[in-house]
Amino acid sequence: MPPIWSLPRITRRAGKVWHRNLVVFFKTWKVNFFPPFIEALLYLSAIGLGIGTYVGAIDGVPYIDYIAPAILAISVMNSAFFECTYGSYVRMYYQKSFDAMIATPLSIEDVIAGEILWGATRSLISVAIMLPVLVVFRVISLPSSLFAIPLAFLGGLMFAGLAMCFTAITPSIDTLNYPSFLLITPMMLFSGTFFPLSILPTIFQYVALAIFPLTHIVALMRMATLPQAGALLPLHIAWILAATISFCVISINLMRRRLIV
Amino acid sequence: MQGIIEADDLTKTYNEMVAVSHIRFSVKKGEIFGFLGPNGAGKTTTMRMIECVSPRTSGALLVFGMDPEKNPAEIKQRIGVVPQETNLDPDFTCAGNLLTYARYFDIPPAEAEKREGDLLAFVALTEKRDVSIDKLSGGMKRRLILARALINNPDLLILDEPTIGLDPQARHLIWERLRLLRAQGNTIVLTTHYLDEAARLCDRLVIMDHGTFLVEGTPADLVRDQVGSEIIEMDNTPEVIACLVDLGVAYEILGEEVQVATDASRELAKTLLDRCKKSRLSTRPATLEDVFLKLTGRTLRE
Repeated sequence: MPPIWSLPRITRRAGKVWHRNLVVFFKTWKVNFFPPFIEALLYLSAIGLGIGTYVGAIDGVPYIDYIAPAILAISVMNSAFFECTYGSYVRMYYQKSFDAMIATPLSIEDVIAGEILWGATRSLISVAIMLPVLVVFRVISLPSSLFAIPLAFLGGLMFAGLAMCFTAITPSIDTLNYPSFLLITPMMLFSGTFFPLSILPTIFQYVALAIFPLTHIVALMRMATLPQAGALLPLHIAWILAATISFCVISINLMRRRLIV
Repeated sequence: MQGIIEADDLTKTYNEMVAVSHIRFSVKKGEIFGFLGPNGAGKTTTMRMIECVSPRTSGALLVFGMDPEKNPAEIKQRIGVVPQETNLDPDFTCAGNLLTYARYFDIPPAEAEKREGDLLAFVALTEKRDVSIDKLSGGMKRRLILARALINNPDLLILDEPTIGLDPQARHLIWERLRLLRAQGNTIVLTTHYLDEAARLCDRLVIMDHGTFLVEGTPADLVRDQVGSEIIEMDNTPEVIACLVDLGVAYEILGEEVQVATDASRELAKTLLDRCKKSRLSTRPATLEDVFLKLTGRTLRE
Protein backbone atom coordinates (compact mmCIF):
# COMPACT_ATOMS: atom_id res chain seq x y z
CA MET A 1 0.00 0.00 0.00
CA PRO A 2 1.50 3.36 -0.96
CA PRO A 3 2.15 5.79 1.92
CA ILE A 4 -0.48 8.40 2.57
CA TRP A 5 1.65 11.29 1.32
CA SER A 6 2.78 9.64 -1.91
CA LEU A 7 1.96 11.69 -5.00
CA PRO A 8 -1.04 10.17 -6.79
CA ARG A 9 -0.94 9.65 -10.55
CA ILE A 10 -3.70 11.80 -11.96
CA THR A 11 -4.45 12.01 -15.66
CA ARG A 12 -6.47 14.44 -17.76
CA ARG A 13 -9.35 11.95 -17.40
CA ALA A 14 -10.13 13.62 -14.05
CA GLY A 15 -11.72 16.32 -16.23
CA LYS A 16 -14.37 13.84 -17.35
CA VAL A 17 -15.58 13.36 -13.78
CA TRP A 18 -15.61 17.15 -13.36
CA HIS A 19 -17.56 17.45 -16.59
CA ARG A 20 -20.14 14.86 -15.49
CA ASN A 21 -20.83 16.84 -12.32
CA LEU A 22 -20.99 20.10 -14.26
CA VAL A 23 -23.60 18.67 -16.64
CA VAL A 24 -25.75 17.48 -13.72
CA PHE A 25 -25.36 20.86 -11.99
CA PHE A 26 -26.58 22.78 -15.03
CA LYS A 27 -29.52 20.42 -15.53
CA THR A 28 -30.93 21.82 -12.31
CA TRP A 29 -29.33 25.26 -12.55
CA LYS A 30 -32.37 27.11 -11.18
CA VAL A 31 -32.18 25.43 -7.78
CA ASN A 32 -28.40 25.62 -7.79
CA PHE A 33 -27.99 29.28 -8.69
CA PHE A 34 -30.52 30.66 -6.26
CA PRO A 35 -29.00 29.80 -2.85
CA PRO A 36 -25.75 31.84 -3.14
CA PHE A 37 -27.79 34.80 -4.36
CA ILE A 38 -30.22 34.59 -1.44
CA GLU A 39 -27.44 33.83 1.03
CA ALA A 40 -25.63 37.05 0.11
CA LEU A 41 -28.83 39.07 0.50
CA LEU A 42 -29.67 37.49 3.86
CA TYR A 43 -26.23 37.97 5.40
CA LEU A 44 -25.94 41.53 4.16
CA SER A 45 -29.32 42.59 5.46
CA ALA A 46 -29.37 40.68 8.77
CA ILE A 47 -25.79 41.03 9.90
CA GLY A 48 -24.55 43.95 7.83
CA LEU A 49 -27.52 46.26 8.14
CA GLY A 50 -29.07 44.80 11.31
CA ILE A 51 -26.13 44.20 13.63
CA GLY A 52 -24.07 46.74 11.71
CA THR A 53 -26.34 49.52 12.94
CA TYR A 54 -25.07 48.90 16.47
CA VAL A 55 -21.47 48.08 15.60
CA GLY A 56 -20.84 51.01 13.31
CA ALA A 57 -17.27 50.54 12.10
CA ILE A 58 -14.35 48.17 12.74
CA ASP A 59 -10.86 49.62 12.30
CA GLY A 60 -12.46 52.50 10.41
CA VAL A 61 -14.24 50.17 7.98
CA PRO A 62 -18.09 50.23 7.91
CA TYR A 63 -19.32 46.96 9.45
CA ILE A 64 -21.19 45.87 6.33
CA ASP A 65 -18.00 46.32 4.27
CA TYR A 66 -16.09 44.42 6.95
CA ILE A 67 -18.27 41.31 6.73
CA ALA A 68 -18.78 41.33 2.94
CA PRO A 69 -15.51 39.42 2.25
CA ALA A 70 -16.35 37.01 5.09
CA ILE A 71 -19.62 36.18 3.34
CA LEU A 72 -17.61 35.26 0.26
CA ALA A 73 -15.08 33.22 2.26
CA ILE A 74 -17.76 31.29 4.15
CA SER A 75 -19.44 30.51 0.85
CA VAL A 76 -16.13 29.20 -0.55
CA MET A 77 -15.83 26.92 2.46
CA ASN A 78 -19.41 25.68 2.52
CA SER A 79 -19.75 25.07 -1.23
CA ALA A 80 -16.65 22.90 -1.54
CA PHE A 81 -16.94 21.23 1.85
CA PHE A 82 -20.54 20.11 1.51
CA GLU A 83 -20.12 19.11 -2.13
CA CYS A 84 -17.20 16.83 -1.29
CA THR A 85 -18.65 15.40 1.91
CA TYR A 86 -22.35 14.72 1.48
CA GLY A 87 -22.36 15.10 -2.32
CA SER A 88 -19.37 12.85 -2.94
CA TYR A 89 -20.49 10.36 -0.30
CA VAL A 90 -23.87 9.98 -1.99
CA ARG A 91 -22.20 9.44 -5.36
CA MET A 92 -19.70 6.99 -3.88
CA TYR A 93 -21.89 4.98 -1.51
CA TYR A 94 -25.51 5.27 -2.59
CA GLN A 95 -25.22 5.81 -6.34
CA LYS A 96 -22.11 3.59 -6.77
CA SER A 97 -20.98 6.10 -9.37
CA PHE A 98 -17.30 5.69 -8.52
CA ASP A 99 -17.55 1.92 -9.08
CA ALA A 100 -19.13 2.54 -12.48
CA MET A 101 -16.42 5.06 -13.36
CA ILE A 102 -13.42 2.93 -12.43
CA ALA A 103 -14.72 0.15 -14.68
CA THR A 104 -13.75 2.51 -17.53
CA PRO A 105 -10.23 3.83 -18.25
CA LEU A 106 -10.65 6.24 -15.32
CA SER A 107 -8.61 5.39 -12.23
CA ILE A 108 -9.77 6.04 -8.67
CA GLU A 109 -7.20 8.86 -8.52
CA ASP A 110 -8.81 10.46 -11.58
CA VAL A 111 -12.27 10.13 -10.03
CA ILE A 112 -11.34 11.71 -6.69
CA ALA A 113 -9.30 14.46 -8.36
CA GLY A 114 -12.30 15.20 -10.58
CA GLU A 115 -14.57 15.40 -7.55
CA ILE A 116 -12.17 17.78 -5.79
CA LEU A 117 -11.91 19.96 -8.89
CA TRP A 118 -15.67 20.03 -9.04
CA GLY A 119 -15.93 21.02 -5.35
CA ALA A 120 -13.57 23.93 -6.07
CA THR A 121 -15.68 24.87 -9.08
CA ARG A 122 -18.76 25.00 -6.85
CA SER A 123 -16.92 27.54 -4.67
CA LEU A 124 -16.00 29.57 -7.70
CA ILE A 125 -19.58 29.57 -9.00
CA SER A 126 -20.95 30.65 -5.61
CA VAL A 127 -18.54 33.57 -5.37
CA ALA A 128 -19.22 34.56 -8.96
CA ILE A 129 -22.95 34.73 -8.18
CA MET A 130 -22.46 36.64 -4.92
CA LEU A 131 -20.04 39.25 -6.24
CA PRO A 132 -22.62 41.20 -8.31
CA VAL A 133 -24.95 41.34 -5.29
CA LEU A 134 -22.15 42.80 -3.17
CA VAL A 135 -21.30 45.25 -5.94
CA VAL A 136 -24.91 46.42 -6.09
CA PHE A 137 -24.86 46.96 -2.32
CA ARG A 138 -21.64 48.98 -2.81
CA VAL A 139 -19.85 47.05 -0.08
CA ILE A 140 -16.83 45.86 -2.08
CA SER A 141 -14.38 47.67 -4.38
CA LEU A 142 -13.72 46.97 -8.01
CA PRO A 143 -11.63 45.82 -9.78
CA SER A 144 -9.57 44.46 -6.85
CA SER A 145 -12.52 42.33 -5.69
CA LEU A 146 -12.23 40.28 -8.88
CA PHE A 147 -9.31 38.53 -7.16
CA ALA A 148 -12.01 36.83 -5.13
CA ILE A 149 -12.76 34.57 -8.12
CA PRO A 150 -9.38 32.82 -8.46
CA LEU A 151 -9.08 32.86 -4.68
CA ALA A 152 -12.43 31.09 -4.50
CA PHE A 153 -11.09 28.31 -6.70
CA LEU A 154 -7.90 27.91 -4.68
CA GLY A 155 -9.78 28.00 -1.38
CA GLY A 156 -12.32 25.62 -2.87
CA LEU A 157 -9.56 23.11 -3.66
CA MET A 158 -8.37 23.35 -0.06
CA PHE A 159 -11.81 22.75 1.46
CA ALA A 160 -12.70 20.08 -1.11
CA GLY A 161 -9.49 18.20 -0.25
CA LEU A 162 -10.21 18.53 3.47
CA ALA A 163 -13.79 17.36 2.93
CA MET A 164 -12.64 14.37 0.89
CA CYS A 165 -10.38 13.27 3.77
CA PHE A 166 -13.48 13.01 5.98
CA THR A 167 -15.48 11.31 3.23
CA ALA A 168 -12.69 8.75 2.87
CA ILE A 169 -12.78 7.74 6.52
CA THR A 170 -16.41 8.24 7.53
CA PRO A 171 -18.22 5.00 8.42
CA SER A 172 -21.60 6.39 7.35
CA ILE A 173 -23.25 9.53 6.04
CA ASP A 174 -24.44 10.43 9.56
CA THR A 175 -20.93 10.67 10.97
CA LEU A 176 -20.18 13.39 8.42
CA ASN A 177 -22.17 15.60 10.81
CA TYR A 178 -19.19 15.65 13.19
CA PRO A 179 -16.82 17.64 10.98
CA SER A 180 -19.73 19.87 9.99
CA PHE A 181 -20.58 20.87 13.54
CA LEU A 182 -17.20 20.54 15.22
CA LEU A 183 -15.07 22.13 12.52
CA ILE A 184 -17.07 24.04 9.94
CA THR A 185 -19.42 25.89 12.33
CA PRO A 186 -16.66 27.02 14.75
CA MET A 187 -14.59 28.11 11.77
CA MET A 188 -17.46 30.14 10.42
CA LEU A 189 -17.65 32.05 13.71
CA PHE A 190 -14.04 32.29 14.88
CA SER A 191 -11.93 32.91 11.79
CA GLY A 192 -12.01 36.70 11.76
CA THR A 193 -15.30 36.57 9.91
CA PHE A 194 -17.76 38.76 11.84
CA PHE A 195 -15.28 40.30 14.29
CA PRO A 196 -11.49 40.73 14.22
CA LEU A 197 -9.34 37.94 15.61
CA SER A 198 -7.48 40.59 17.65
CA ILE A 199 -10.30 40.84 20.21
CA LEU A 200 -9.89 37.13 21.08
CA PRO A 201 -7.43 35.95 23.75
CA THR A 202 -3.98 35.54 22.18
CA ILE A 203 -4.02 31.77 22.43
CA PHE A 204 -7.22 31.62 20.37
CA GLN A 205 -5.71 33.94 17.80
CA TYR A 206 -2.84 31.52 17.33
CA VAL A 207 -5.20 28.56 17.14
CA ALA A 208 -7.29 30.30 14.49
CA LEU A 209 -4.19 31.16 12.47
CA ALA A 210 -2.56 27.77 12.87
CA ILE A 211 -5.41 25.34 12.28
CA PHE A 212 -8.40 27.14 10.77
CA PRO A 213 -8.10 27.19 6.98
CA LEU A 214 -10.91 29.72 6.79
CA THR A 215 -8.87 32.33 8.69
CA HIS A 216 -6.50 32.63 5.74
CA ILE A 217 -9.24 32.77 3.12
CA VAL A 218 -11.13 35.49 5.04
CA ALA A 219 -7.95 37.53 5.44
CA LEU A 220 -7.12 37.35 1.72
CA MET A 221 -10.72 38.05 0.70
CA ARG A 222 -10.73 41.13 2.90
CA MET A 223 -7.46 42.34 1.40
CA ALA A 224 -9.09 42.01 -2.04
CA THR A 225 -12.46 43.63 -1.36
CA LEU A 226 -11.50 46.63 0.83
CA PRO A 227 -8.83 46.69 -0.83
CA GLN A 228 -6.06 46.75 1.75
CA ALA A 229 -2.99 44.55 1.36
CA GLY A 230 -1.47 43.45 4.66
CA ALA A 231 1.94 42.32 5.82
CA LEU A 232 0.72 38.75 6.32
CA LEU A 233 -0.25 38.32 2.64
CA PRO A 234 2.63 35.91 1.76
CA LEU A 235 2.04 33.92 4.93
CA HIS A 236 -1.63 33.41 4.15
CA ILE A 237 -0.88 32.32 0.58
CA ALA A 238 1.85 29.94 1.71
CA TRP A 239 -0.42 28.41 4.36
CA ILE A 240 -3.23 27.88 1.84
CA LEU A 241 -0.94 26.33 -0.77
CA ALA A 242 0.64 23.95 1.74
CA ALA A 243 -2.74 22.93 3.17
CA THR A 244 -4.31 22.50 -0.27
CA ILE A 245 -1.56 20.21 -1.51
CA SER A 246 -1.54 18.19 1.72
CA PHE A 247 -5.31 17.76 1.91
CA CYS A 248 -5.66 16.79 -1.75
CA VAL A 249 -2.80 14.28 -1.72
CA ILE A 250 -3.88 12.69 1.57
CA SER A 251 -7.54 12.50 0.58
CA ILE A 252 -6.78 10.75 -2.71
CA ASN A 253 -4.60 8.18 -0.95
CA LEU A 254 -7.20 7.64 1.77
CA MET A 255 -9.89 7.16 -0.86
CA ARG A 256 -7.72 4.67 -2.68
CA ARG A 257 -7.35 2.72 0.56
CA ARG A 258 -11.08 2.77 1.10
CA LEU A 259 -12.15 1.78 -2.40
CA ILE A 260 -9.37 -0.33 -3.89
CA VAL A 261 -9.29 -3.58 -1.95
CA MET B 1 -2.08 -19.18 -29.08
CA GLN B 2 -2.26 -16.92 -26.07
CA GLY B 3 -5.73 -16.48 -24.59
CA ILE B 4 -7.58 -13.23 -23.95
CA ILE B 5 -7.13 -13.86 -20.23
CA GLU B 6 -4.28 -15.91 -18.79
CA ALA B 7 -4.23 -16.53 -15.05
CA ASP B 8 -1.62 -18.62 -13.30
CA ASP B 9 -1.43 -19.26 -9.57
CA LEU B 10 -3.71 -16.25 -9.10
CA THR B 11 -4.37 -15.51 -5.42
CA LYS B 12 -6.25 -12.83 -3.54
CA THR B 13 -6.43 -12.42 0.21
CA TYR B 14 -8.33 -9.80 2.20
CA ASN B 15 -6.44 -9.33 5.44
CA GLU B 16 -6.28 -12.94 6.61
CA MET B 17 -9.18 -14.23 4.52
CA VAL B 18 -8.28 -16.10 1.35
CA ALA B 19 -10.84 -15.21 -1.32
CA VAL B 20 -9.13 -16.75 -4.35
CA SER B 21 -6.44 -19.36 -3.97
CA HIS B 22 -3.92 -20.33 -6.66
CA ILE B 23 -6.31 -20.58 -9.59
CA ARG B 24 -5.18 -21.14 -13.13
CA PHE B 25 -7.26 -20.63 -16.25
CA SER B 26 -7.16 -19.36 -19.78
CA VAL B 27 -10.01 -17.79 -21.72
CA LYS B 28 -9.80 -18.10 -25.49
CA LYS B 29 -10.94 -15.55 -28.00
CA GLY B 30 -14.59 -15.89 -28.99
CA GLU B 31 -15.77 -18.19 -26.24
CA ILE B 32 -18.22 -17.79 -23.38
CA PHE B 33 -16.45 -18.82 -20.21
CA GLY B 34 -18.44 -19.27 -17.01
CA PHE B 35 -17.57 -19.13 -13.31
CA LEU B 36 -20.03 -21.05 -11.15
CA GLY B 37 -20.02 -21.47 -7.43
CA PRO B 38 -21.93 -20.81 -4.22
CA ASN B 39 -21.90 -17.40 -2.53
CA GLY B 40 -18.43 -16.53 -1.29
CA ALA B 41 -16.70 -18.92 -3.68
CA GLY B 42 -14.47 -16.15 -5.06
CA LYS B 43 -16.21 -15.52 -8.39
CA THR B 44 -16.71 -11.78 -8.00
CA THR B 45 -13.20 -11.32 -6.61
CA THR B 46 -11.83 -13.03 -9.71
CA MET B 47 -13.93 -10.77 -11.96
CA ARG B 48 -12.71 -7.67 -10.11
CA MET B 49 -9.10 -8.67 -10.62
CA ILE B 50 -9.69 -9.12 -14.36
CA GLU B 51 -11.48 -5.75 -14.47
CA CYS B 52 -8.35 -4.09 -13.01
CA VAL B 53 -10.23 -2.71 -10.00
CA SER B 54 -8.82 -5.06 -7.39
CA PRO B 55 -5.07 -5.75 -7.23
CA ARG B 56 -4.05 -9.40 -6.93
CA THR B 57 -2.11 -10.60 -3.91
CA SER B 58 0.14 -12.98 -5.85
CA GLY B 59 0.39 -15.00 -9.02
CA ALA B 60 0.23 -13.91 -12.64
CA LEU B 61 -2.64 -12.36 -14.55
CA LEU B 62 -2.62 -11.13 -18.13
CA VAL B 63 -5.56 -9.59 -19.97
CA PHE B 64 -4.95 -9.05 -23.71
CA GLY B 65 -1.35 -9.89 -22.83
CA MET B 66 -1.12 -6.91 -20.46
CA ASP B 67 -0.74 -6.76 -16.70
CA PRO B 68 -3.74 -5.15 -14.92
CA GLU B 69 -1.38 -3.49 -12.44
CA LYS B 70 0.78 -1.92 -15.13
CA ASN B 71 -1.68 -1.04 -17.90
CA PRO B 72 -5.11 -0.74 -16.28
CA ALA B 73 -6.36 2.07 -18.53
CA GLU B 74 -5.33 0.25 -21.73
CA ILE B 75 -7.06 -2.94 -20.60
CA LYS B 76 -10.17 -1.17 -19.34
CA GLN B 77 -10.48 0.69 -22.64
CA ARG B 78 -11.17 -2.70 -24.26
CA ILE B 79 -13.45 -4.38 -21.73
CA GLY B 80 -17.13 -3.97 -20.94
CA VAL B 81 -18.37 -4.69 -17.43
CA VAL B 82 -21.84 -5.68 -16.24
CA PRO B 83 -21.51 -5.49 -12.45
CA GLN B 84 -23.57 -7.51 -10.02
CA GLU B 85 -24.91 -4.35 -8.43
CA THR B 86 -26.88 -1.93 -10.55
CA ASN B 87 -24.82 1.27 -10.65
CA LEU B 88 -26.48 3.30 -13.37
CA ASP B 89 -26.23 7.05 -12.91
CA PRO B 90 -29.57 8.21 -11.45
CA ASP B 91 -28.90 11.81 -12.49
CA PHE B 92 -29.28 10.92 -16.18
CA THR B 93 -31.80 9.39 -18.58
CA CYS B 94 -31.17 6.12 -20.42
CA ALA B 95 -29.53 7.95 -23.31
CA GLY B 96 -27.68 10.22 -20.87
CA ASN B 97 -26.19 7.21 -19.10
CA LEU B 98 -24.79 5.83 -22.34
CA LEU B 99 -23.48 9.19 -23.55
CA THR B 100 -21.85 10.02 -20.21
CA TYR B 101 -20.21 6.60 -20.14
CA ALA B 102 -19.03 7.08 -23.72
CA ARG B 103 -17.11 10.17 -22.63
CA TYR B 104 -15.18 8.14 -20.08
CA PHE B 105 -13.91 6.03 -23.01
CA ASP B 106 -13.00 9.08 -25.11
CA ILE B 107 -15.58 8.19 -27.76
CA PRO B 108 -16.22 11.25 -29.99
CA PRO B 109 -19.73 12.74 -29.46
CA ALA B 110 -21.05 11.96 -32.96
CA GLU B 111 -19.92 8.34 -32.73
CA ALA B 112 -21.29 8.09 -29.18
CA GLU B 113 -24.72 9.24 -30.31
CA LYS B 114 -24.77 6.68 -33.09
CA ARG B 115 -23.79 3.88 -30.71
CA GLU B 116 -26.31 5.08 -28.10
CA GLY B 117 -29.14 4.71 -30.66
CA ASP B 118 -27.92 1.32 -31.86
CA LEU B 119 -27.41 -0.06 -28.36
CA LEU B 120 -30.77 1.10 -27.03
CA ALA B 121 -32.32 -0.73 -29.98
CA PHE B 122 -30.12 -3.77 -29.28
CA VAL B 123 -31.51 -4.10 -25.74
CA ALA B 124 -35.04 -3.06 -26.80
CA LEU B 125 -35.08 0.22 -24.86
CA THR B 126 -35.45 2.71 -27.71
CA GLU B 127 -38.81 3.87 -26.36
CA LYS B 128 -37.27 4.57 -22.95
CA ARG B 129 -34.55 6.76 -24.43
CA ASP B 130 -35.48 9.91 -22.48
CA VAL B 131 -36.81 8.22 -19.37
CA SER B 132 -34.96 8.68 -16.10
CA ILE B 133 -33.39 5.64 -14.45
CA ASP B 134 -35.70 5.46 -11.44
CA LYS B 135 -38.67 4.95 -13.77
CA LEU B 136 -37.19 1.71 -15.18
CA SER B 137 -38.08 -1.81 -14.04
CA GLY B 138 -35.35 -4.13 -12.76
CA GLY B 139 -35.17 -5.94 -16.08
CA MET B 140 -34.86 -2.70 -18.02
CA LYS B 141 -32.03 -1.56 -15.75
CA ARG B 142 -30.10 -4.78 -16.36
CA ARG B 143 -30.61 -4.41 -20.10
CA LEU B 144 -29.41 -0.80 -19.97
CA ILE B 145 -26.33 -1.91 -18.03
CA LEU B 146 -25.62 -4.44 -20.77
CA ALA B 147 -25.94 -1.66 -23.36
CA ARG B 148 -23.64 0.55 -21.28
CA ALA B 149 -21.06 -2.24 -21.09
CA LEU B 150 -21.06 -2.41 -24.91
CA ILE B 151 -20.61 1.34 -25.53
CA ASN B 152 -16.86 0.96 -26.18
CA ASN B 153 -17.26 -2.05 -28.53
CA PRO B 154 -15.40 -4.21 -26.02
CA ASP B 155 -13.21 -7.13 -27.06
CA LEU B 156 -14.01 -8.75 -23.72
CA LEU B 157 -17.33 -8.59 -21.92
CA ILE B 158 -17.41 -9.44 -18.21
CA LEU B 159 -20.78 -10.14 -16.65
CA ASP B 160 -21.22 -10.70 -12.93
CA GLU B 161 -24.57 -12.44 -12.54
CA PRO B 162 -26.12 -10.72 -15.54
CA THR B 163 -29.67 -12.05 -15.13
CA ILE B 164 -30.04 -11.94 -11.36
CA GLY B 165 -33.63 -11.27 -10.34
CA LEU B 166 -34.98 -11.08 -13.88
CA ASP B 167 -38.18 -12.57 -15.24
CA PRO B 168 -37.93 -15.36 -17.85
CA GLN B 169 -38.62 -12.97 -20.74
CA ALA B 170 -35.79 -10.63 -19.78
CA ARG B 171 -33.40 -13.55 -19.15
CA HIS B 172 -34.11 -14.99 -22.58
CA LEU B 173 -33.55 -11.62 -24.22
CA ILE B 174 -30.18 -11.24 -22.50
CA TRP B 175 -29.16 -14.81 -23.39
CA GLU B 176 -30.07 -14.25 -27.01
CA ARG B 177 -28.06 -11.01 -27.08
CA LEU B 178 -25.05 -12.69 -25.51
CA ARG B 179 -25.13 -15.46 -28.14
CA LEU B 180 -25.36 -12.81 -30.82
CA LEU B 181 -22.31 -11.08 -29.37
CA ARG B 182 -20.37 -14.34 -29.33
CA ALA B 183 -21.34 -14.92 -32.94
CA GLN B 184 -19.76 -11.55 -33.71
CA GLY B 185 -16.50 -12.78 -32.20
CA ASN B 186 -16.77 -11.23 -28.72
CA THR B 187 -15.23 -13.01 -25.79
CA ILE B 188 -17.50 -13.25 -22.77
CA VAL B 189 -16.75 -14.14 -19.16
CA LEU B 190 -19.66 -14.51 -16.79
CA THR B 191 -20.51 -15.64 -13.30
CA THR B 192 -23.89 -17.08 -12.44
CA HIS B 193 -25.86 -18.98 -9.85
CA TYR B 194 -28.29 -20.18 -12.49
CA LEU B 195 -27.10 -23.55 -13.68
CA ASP B 196 -29.50 -23.71 -16.60
CA GLU B 197 -28.08 -20.37 -17.72
CA ALA B 198 -24.55 -21.71 -17.53
CA ALA B 199 -25.50 -24.91 -19.36
CA ARG B 200 -27.18 -22.96 -22.17
CA LEU B 201 -24.58 -20.26 -22.63
CA CYS B 202 -21.13 -21.40 -21.64
CA ASP B 203 -18.69 -23.06 -23.99
CA ARG B 204 -16.54 -23.85 -21.01
CA LEU B 205 -16.96 -23.30 -17.32
CA VAL B 206 -15.36 -23.82 -13.96
CA ILE B 207 -17.06 -24.64 -10.70
CA MET B 208 -15.45 -22.79 -7.80
CA ASP B 209 -15.72 -23.17 -4.07
CA HIS B 210 -13.67 -21.69 -1.24
CA GLY B 211 -11.49 -19.81 -3.71
CA THR B 212 -10.37 -22.80 -5.76
CA PHE B 213 -11.54 -24.57 -8.88
CA LEU B 214 -13.23 -27.91 -8.37
CA VAL B 215 -13.65 -28.81 -12.04
CA GLU B 216 -13.28 -27.26 -15.46
CA GLY B 217 -14.74 -28.31 -18.80
CA THR B 218 -17.66 -28.03 -21.20
CA PRO B 219 -21.09 -28.33 -19.55
CA ALA B 220 -21.80 -31.65 -21.32
CA ASP B 221 -18.44 -33.19 -20.40
CA LEU B 222 -18.79 -32.13 -16.78
CA VAL B 223 -22.22 -33.73 -16.48
CA ARG B 224 -21.06 -36.94 -18.14
CA ASP B 225 -17.78 -37.21 -16.22
CA GLN B 226 -19.01 -36.13 -12.83
CA VAL B 227 -22.51 -37.59 -12.65
CA GLY B 228 -23.31 -39.76 -15.62
CA SER B 229 -25.98 -39.33 -18.19
CA GLU B 230 -29.08 -39.98 -16.10
CA ILE B 231 -30.51 -39.87 -12.61
CA ILE B 232 -32.91 -42.52 -11.30
CA GLU B 233 -35.14 -41.27 -8.51
CA MET B 234 -36.87 -43.64 -6.06
CA ASP B 235 -38.73 -43.38 -2.74
CA ASN B 236 -36.64 -43.25 0.39
CA THR B 237 -37.90 -46.40 2.17
CA PRO B 238 -35.94 -48.98 4.17
CA GLU B 239 -36.78 -51.62 1.55
CA VAL B 240 -35.35 -49.57 -1.31
CA ILE B 241 -32.20 -48.77 0.66
CA ALA B 242 -31.72 -52.40 1.60
CA CYS B 243 -32.22 -53.40 -2.00
CA LEU B 244 -29.71 -50.84 -3.28
CA VAL B 245 -27.15 -51.90 -0.71
CA ASP B 246 -27.81 -55.49 -1.74
CA LEU B 247 -27.13 -54.65 -5.37
CA GLY B 248 -24.06 -52.61 -4.51
CA VAL B 249 -25.41 -49.52 -6.27
CA ALA B 250 -24.14 -46.11 -5.10
CA TYR B 251 -27.00 -43.84 -4.04
CA GLU B 252 -27.67 -40.53 -2.37
CA ILE B 253 -30.51 -39.78 0.04
CA LEU B 254 -32.30 -36.46 -0.38
CA GLY B 255 -35.16 -36.22 2.07
CA GLU B 256 -38.04 -38.31 0.77
CA GLU B 257 -36.07 -39.42 -2.23
CA VAL B 258 -33.17 -41.65 -3.20
CA GLN B 259 -31.11 -40.73 -6.26
CA VAL B 260 -28.92 -43.04 -8.29
CA ALA B 261 -26.65 -41.56 -10.94
CA THR B 262 -25.89 -43.82 -13.88
CA ASP B 263 -24.75 -44.06 -17.47
CA ALA B 264 -26.88 -47.15 -18.17
CA SER B 265 -30.23 -46.08 -16.83
CA ARG B 266 -32.35 -48.51 -18.82
CA GLU B 267 -30.66 -51.68 -17.61
CA LEU B 268 -30.31 -50.41 -14.07
CA ALA B 269 -33.91 -49.21 -13.97
CA LYS B 270 -35.08 -52.61 -15.11
CA THR B 271 -33.01 -54.37 -12.47
CA LEU B 272 -34.22 -52.00 -9.79
CA LEU B 273 -37.83 -52.43 -10.86
CA ASP B 274 -37.46 -56.19 -10.72
CA ARG B 275 -35.63 -56.33 -7.43
CA CYS B 276 -36.73 -53.31 -5.41
CA LYS B 277 -40.47 -53.55 -5.56
CA LYS B 278 -42.98 -51.21 -3.93
CA SER B 279 -41.21 -48.07 -5.02
CA ARG B 280 -42.04 -45.31 -7.46
CA LEU B 281 -39.20 -45.07 -9.97
CA SER B 282 -38.46 -42.37 -12.50
CA THR B 283 -35.48 -41.41 -14.60
CA ARG B 284 -34.41 -37.98 -15.85
CA PRO B 285 -31.35 -36.66 -17.66
CA ALA B 286 -28.54 -35.50 -15.37
CA THR B 287 -27.94 -31.75 -15.33
CA LEU B 288 -25.27 -29.31 -14.34
CA GLU B 289 -27.20 -28.80 -11.12
CA ASP B 290 -26.46 -32.41 -10.15
CA VAL B 291 -22.76 -31.77 -10.77
CA PHE B 292 -22.88 -28.54 -8.80
CA LEU B 293 -24.59 -30.07 -5.78
CA LYS B 294 -22.39 -33.14 -5.89
CA LEU B 295 -19.25 -31.00 -5.82
CA THR B 296 -20.26 -28.16 -3.51
CA GLY B 297 -22.60 -30.04 -1.20
CA ARG B 298 -26.06 -29.13 -0.02
CA THR B 299 -25.15 -27.05 2.98
CA LEU B 300 -26.68 -23.59 2.87
CA ARG B 301 -24.19 -20.73 2.32
CA GLU B 302 -24.47 -17.25 3.78
